Amino acid sequence: MHINGCLESIYVNSNPAETLYRPINPSDLGLKRQLEEFKMTQPNVLILRTAGTNCDEETAYAFEQAGAKTEAIHVNRLIKEPNLMKNFQILALPGGFSYGDDIAAGKILAGQLIHHLKEQIQTFVDQDKLVLGICNGFQILMKAGLLPGVDNAATGLNGQLQQATITYNDSGKFEDRWVYLEPGTNKCVFINPGQRIYLPIAHGEGKVCFANEGLQQMIVGNQQIAFRYVDADGNPGDYPVNPNGSTDHIAGLCDETGRILGLMPHPERNIHPTHHPQWTRNKIEKADGLSLFENAVNYFN
Amino acid sequence: MLSRIETFNKQDYPDPHGEEIKHDIEQLGIRGVDAVQSINVSFIEGQLQEDQLKQIAGELLADPICEEYLIGHSDPPPGLAKTTVFEVHLKAGVTDPVAASTIMAINDMNLDVDSVRTGRKYLVMGNLNDKQKQLIAEKVLGNDCIEEVIISADKEPPHPHVSPYTLNLQNIAIRNLDEDYLMELSSKMDLFLNLEEMKTIQTHYQNLDREPTDIELETLAQTWSEHCVHKTFRSTIEYTDYTEDRENGKTTIIENLLKSTIAKATFDLDKSWCISIFEDNAGIIEFDEDFGVSFKVETHNHPSAIEPYGGSATGIGGCIRDTMGTGLAAKPIANTDIFCFAPPDKDINTLPTGVLHPRRVMKGVVSGVRDYGNRMGIPTVNGAIQFDDRYLGNPLVFCGSVGIIPRDMCFGDAQEGNLIVVVGGRTGRDGIHGATFSSGEMTHEHEDLFSHAVQIGNPIVEKKTLDTLLQARDERLYVAITDCGAGGLSSAVGEMGEKLGAVVDLEKVPLKYDGLNYTEIWISEAQERMVISVPPENIDRCLEIFASEDVEASVIGTFGNKGNLELRYHGTIVGELEMEFLHNGLPKYARKATWHSRQTAEPTFEEKTDYTDDLKAILSHYNVASKEWVIRQYDHEVQGGSVIKPLVGVENDGPGDASVIRPRLNSDKGVALSVGLCPQFGDIDPYWMALAAIDEAVRNVVSVGGRADNIAILDNFCWGNCDKPDRLGGLVKAAQGCYDGAMAYGTPFISGKDSLNNEFKTETGETINIPGTLLISAMTLVDNVKTCITMDLKETDNLVLIVGETKNELGASHYYMTKNELGANVPKVDLKAGPQTAAVIAKAISEGLIESCHDCSEGGLSVALAEMCFAGNLGMTIDLSAVPTSDDVTKSEQILFSESTSRYIIEIKPDNFDKIAKLFSDIRFGEIGKVTDAPQLEIKDTNKKIAISASCDTLKESWQKPLAW
Repeated sequence: MHINGCLESIYVNSNPAETLYRPINPSDLGLKRQLEEFKMTQPNVLILRTAGTNCDEETAYAFEQAGAKTEAIHVNRLIKEPNLMKNFQILALPGGFSYGDDIAAGKILAGQLIHHLKEQIQTFVDQDKLVLGICNGFQILMKAGLLPGVDNAATGLNGQLQQATITYNDSGKFEDRWVYLEPGTNKCVFINPGQRIYLPIAHGEGKVCFANEGLQQMIVGNQQIAFRYVDADGNPGDYPVNPNGSTDHIAGLCDETGRILGLMPHPERNIHPTHHPQWTRNKIEKADGLSLFENAVNYFN
Repeated sequence: MLSRIETFNKQDYPDPHGEEIKHDIEQLGIRGVDAVQSINVSFIEGQLQEDQLKQIAGELLADPICEEYLIGHSDPPPGLAKTTVFEVHLKAGVTDPVAASTIMAINDMNLDVDSVRTGRKYLVMGNLNDKQKQLIAEKVLGNDCIEEVIISADKEPPHPHVSPYTLNLQNIAIRNLDEDYLMELSSKMDLFLNLEEMKTIQTHYQNLDREPTDIELETLAQTWSEHCVHKTFRSTIEYTDYTEDRENGKTTIIENLLKSTIAKATFDLDKSWCISIFEDNAGIIEFDEDFGVSFKVETHNHPSAIEPYGGSATGIGGCIRDTMGTGLAAKPIANTDIFCFAPPDKDINTLPTGVLHPRRVMKGVVSGVRDYGNRMGIPTVNGAIQFDDRYLGNPLVFCGSVGIIPRDMCFGDAQEGNLIVVVGGRTGRDGIHGATFSSGEMTHEHEDLFSHAVQIGNPIVEKKTLDTLLQARDERLYVAITDCGAGGLSSAVGEMGEKLGAVVDLEKVPLKYDGLNYTEIWISEAQERMVISVPPENIDRCLEIFASEDVEASVIGTFGNKGNLELRYHGTIVGELEMEFLHNGLPKYARKATWHSRQTAEPTFEEKTDYTDDLKAILSHYNVASKEWVIRQYDHEVQGGSVIKPLVGVENDGPGDASVIRPRLNSDKGVALSVGLCPQFGDIDPYWMALAAIDEAVRNVVSVGGRADNIAILDNFCWGNCDKPDRLGGLVKAAQGCYDGAMAYGTPFISGKDSLNNEFKTETGETINIPGTLLISAMTLVDNVKTCITMDLKETDNLVLIVGETKNELGASHYYMTKNELGANVPKVDLKAGPQTAAVIAKAISEGLIESCHDCSEGGLSVALAEMCFAGNLGMTIDLSAVPTSDDVTKSEQILFSESTSRYIIEIKPDNFDKIAKLFSDIRFGEIGKVTDAPQLEIKDTNKKIAISASCDTLKESWQKPLAW
């Protein structure tokens, strides 16, 4: 296995037990000033892909519809040229089956991020940039410890990198179905607070579980629950309202800053009026999924 | 050092896989299993310290939140229940994708290992006797042809290491063999060549004055197999039809069935929008100015019969590769899947030896298609499932793949001096003799004898091959491409080099493991391989692209050798064949076919007025019942182009007629896909079956808003042993129906495939012949997807119309099926009214005059109405006296359940009635009722008496229950 010298030293010297990034304190004025310089009218989105990524094109298209520029980059290239990340303001991890989801969903790509790109990702996040993981992307963010990304000292996890996981649906099978989502936070950049949206899921491993209950409480307290599965009226319920048996009906999580979002449903599959399964019955004014991409783009305006 | 790591769920976390196994054991009729725990086992070979092993186990193999690991053997948990330990290992040489990924991930951790293997372990808690344990091992946990199940004791897996092969050139003496010995040789080498073919080969080598090598014989057998050349469809058939006179039939000579029926229709129609037909791996039609769309449907029946998961997965994988091998590579944009099984409630004790239970076949087949399609990121958007007892030994698995391709990349041709490059997966012993195996009849021994013919797929290898191929294509680095399918490299290189010849160095083909001889390398049907033809000046850039995404690509030879194929192994010539003899040397076949019309009669039932229970019984028939359990497991929305989904309506669970996708995200132009499949009609007359299938496929695409004047269709024939004249007679009838139908509807065939010999010989010598089954797949364009509609009722007080005539045609209907009758009056398509009706429906939809539309098919009018009601959760009041019928219709049951073709139910706004009436002035239609707010279907017969009265909920329940697994 060849690893270039610089990265190897990162791996050897760093303690894999640390969280991948430290939350920034927005009140840090010096930092904030520095961040202003990164803001620009048209953000550039890095669509990270690898063997088995399969929602890269429609995710790129959704960002483009929202006004961003995009470039799909294979993880092999990013590992070779990590400085490429400097050209981007948004990192998107699209859905798919990275490396076939062998061992566990998202596990192997998460390992590559931890072992080869840890520092770059941390820098990226520290610079007030955004990260979005959809479906397999969410699984990767979780398994890489980027989500929920709670300050490790507070979790009682004794330095364990991964604080939560996404495992097999209670139903035991892959399912494609549409779900209603209720935001559980006011602080996530991507989400319109209080706006219930309708998106499809398509996964076999979507059940969110936390390392311990204390952590789960902290996440609620921190407003890190991005979305919960609900019914059309906004009430939580059993299967199929909660399609996978996820803890506290969680469909998506954000980090403490609200700038990293991971979710199981696919917003990029509801950006055109004819995506909605009821479009032949009811007029669809605006496709629900588009708002996530627009909010991300507008963050840089 | 070999280390064993077990990972399993922590106690508080559910174990869905174990639960499923428990459920499957119960399905076998074995009671008394309290719980099943599933455990993943990894065997890691390498020099590792204990802390490194712990790191691999703790950080990689086990999820830190919900799983635990154990290095070494775990013991059964203590407790009251008796526990049996089962361990399932892949047999040596079977592809283990997880193992390969695990090695890569371990390397990412900066650790090194020599090899990894994976297995599964189950702790089954409960009292079981030895027979039950054996049954669980065989029927639930493992499949004998790829896996080994060890019961009761932990044991290490089979050793994977094989010694390297050293050249041992085999010449086969055939020049002096008599006929008996020739046939014995064909059988001993699994060549599946008949006597005439063997004699042709013998003469060829007598003329050459030498004996063939084994690889030459194998190459001929692969290239000449039924699977590859479709001997039956190209043979001269002496066809005798006894329909008119049962004593003295009318005999005609058919020179080439394919050219005189299916292909003839395409050439006679000569549609300008057809780009590439019958020549390539898939047919291509125009999509827009810049792109064409391709469509191919394949079968993978024999492999799916013996290993349902692997068989169906590689079926869809192979069909996707057909798309990748079309033109200069089309990009796959949709899959279709159509299955035929025996009923899943079949009594396990009545199964013949060598047959898997249909429920297991169905679950395995669905999982295989699901895992391959979903992982490739291709939406599976359309399909059908048909049930009949006669599919018991020969389940049918049809896989379709649709692709999009730039208009200027629709053709490719290898050039003299091009390098032959094999891209993608490595070659192993998997799938050897797949092509010849699928050309023979199945027997109870096939499960054992042909286990090596089963391939195991690795969709991620295919996905990354596709990703890189498209990059190489767009840089125009290669000039021709084809997939390695049946016959492996022998067929792929043989086809591409047909005109030029080729030289191949077989030792350059990358192998999964040592020990393959040169012939095995050449004919292996290992999956996920493509062959491209690369001009030498492009090779560096080409290989660079593949390497950048970890895709293996190797130069294995050169095209061009004065029309000869030369095969070498480390410099020694092991085979030499003239391409001319290989492709055109096979003898012309002559077959006999006969057709006797069936002597069947219409049954009579006691007269009654209320048919509600009959409707519910039909809704619960497996053919009609909801397939939601299957459909939900497929990702039908990946790629972001979904317009009309397979499940529609208020609760997203109604049966859509066809699916529509937008292949280009920045355009509102769409493609509609559907199928027509009605083998039951073939039991009365295959000619009408073929026409009904075409009409059904057309109805389905038209019902969602597809264009009626741009429909391309595909044929897939699955038939019994066509050496038997009566079987072939049915095939001829169906092919003639295809011609008449295609001409009448203006729907050219753009591609097709046949799978013959779908017969099963049981241990007791009984033959189970499948019903002659013709699948018609249809694809058409949608100019603007925003005009599409769905079949669910939309609004109270809208009018309900039936379009088309209802006839006394209950023959082979589902109504009769539920009463175990066949009948005689098979639906006959009116070749004038049918196309005319489709055209006006399409026009009315495009003009926005129709709110919902559903075709009348299985179960007839009543089922169509019921489905529209519960999908829209609205009711209807219907008056049967307004249904336009033929003069011989006299009973309610005929109006309710006749499966007469070319009929549509439409819902329109009252304001649009006049426009519709004007548009439909040349065809029969009737205003039969209206939509009601109360979700209740009320049908009154011609005497105003209630014929059917039921709520949406009860109808839906009847429809959903049978397959709600």
